[in-house]
Amino acid sequence: MIAAARAILRKDLLIELRTKESVPAMTLFALTVYVLFHFGLDRDSLDGELAAGVLWVTLLLAAVIGVSRLFAAEREQGGIEGLLLAPVDRTALFVAKAVGLFAMLVVVEVVAVPTFGLLLLGPGLGGALPELLAVFLLGNLGIAAVGALVAALAAETRARELIVPILLLPLLVPVLISCAQATEPLFRQEQGPEDLARWLGLLSLYDVVFVLLSVAVFDYLLED
Amino acid sequence: MYSKGLAPLAAAAVVTLTAALALVFFYAPLDADQGFVQKIFYVHVPMAIVSLCGFVAGGVFAIRHLRSGDASWDLRSYVAIHLAIIFGVGVLATGSIWARASWGHWWVWDEPVLVSFLVVFLLYCVYYPLRFSIEDPERQARYSSVFAIAAGAFVPLNFVAVRMAQAYTHPRVLSQTGGDLPGEMRLTFLVALLGMALLFATLWKLELTAKHAAMQLKRLKRRLAEREAVAA
Repeated sequence: MIAAARAILRKDLLIELRTKESVPAMTLFALTVYVLFHFGLDRDSLDGELAAGVLWVTLLLAAVIGVSRLFAAEREQGGIEGLLLAPVDRTALFVAKAVGLFAMLVVVEVVAVPTFGLLLLGPGLGGALPELLAVFLLGNLGIAAVGALVAALAAETRARELIVPILLLPLLVPVLISCAQATEPLFRQEQGPEDLARWLGLLSLYDVVFVLLSVAVFDYLLED
Repeated sequence: MYSKGLAPLAAAAVVTLTAALALVFFYAPLDADQGFVQKIFYVHVPMAIVSLCGFVAGGVFAIRHLRSGDASWDLRSYVAIHLAIIFGVGVLATGSIWARASWGHWWVWDEPVLVSFLVVFLLYCVYYPLRFSIEDPERQARYSSVFAIAAGAFVPLNFVAVRMAQAYTHPRVLSQTGGDLPGEMRLTFLVALLGMALLFATLWKLELTAKHAAMQLKRLKRRLAEREAVAA
């Protein structure tokens, strides 16, 4: 199973490296949304709740793009039949797609988060790096698990460009709540009380539930 | 097949709902704080509980569908979610009215139960576009079931997350709809809850029967058309 997952993941990453479709688009989209927020809120620098909210909403919206492109190569080139005919566990496909999405999110964030610090964030990013890394790790894991499931659910529908955002965003509300609440104290001008453990706990619970659930139900998607 | 016991169930629903209404207006005492408007509590809360149970039931039926591959479980799941969404509209409307009357605003973001219900409601609304944009009936049933299970697992998680987010900024000492009801109110509430559950069950059975009959009619019509084509 691990070999199969690795092969699919390698194929996806190779395609992404050669076509450079999703990740640049997601990054560009995130930067554009920052500009939109700058004008929409009419603020030059953000801190605290507002900063955390803007950052996470932007990242979730960028993730929507990645999720709706997750099965694009298979669909356009007809490779999905080959994958389905291959005698491998469906879980391998789920793991490969989720890990691929996770990698894409990390690359996007490596560019988009420092840019956020540069463009909009009042206080510096450097002081809270370890905490931020933990939040991003768990947040990305949740987005990747739910994203792979939603992508597979929407892949066979007629209106998949419509289904992905309206299905993914409500499902990610708990991720948004916990990530934004966890990053909010880190973005404050003066250091306030932190409640990191509680939000990381909630994120971990979410991640565990949706990883297990996705693995359990993925067999029923993309059959035949 | 689905219509068995529909008539007694409907009768029970009518009797219980009438009794609940009578209790609400003539037996339950007026709330000291909120006065008459608090009576909407006997509609709003049972409806919310029944609606959430409908969502969860949809998930349970979906699990049985995926386990057995029997399409009738998918139909049960679909109808349960369908009715739960309709009840959900009622919950949001009555909740909004109640909020307006007792807090002065049509919508309050610091009422965690109402906010989580809105998120759950928005998620379940996607069930229709998802289900009806898949043509192949077997695949439609399978994908809808996967959605119902994922959304069913999401419901408790979402409630926990929203409540935690609220508790952080607004500490709550007593829950609004908690168990500290005086005896008369509690009896009225339980009867109203039972009535609402019976109403849901009746409508569910009715809708199942109607959907089943419509499908059978379609099948018979198709067979008739085939026979006529052969004869001609």
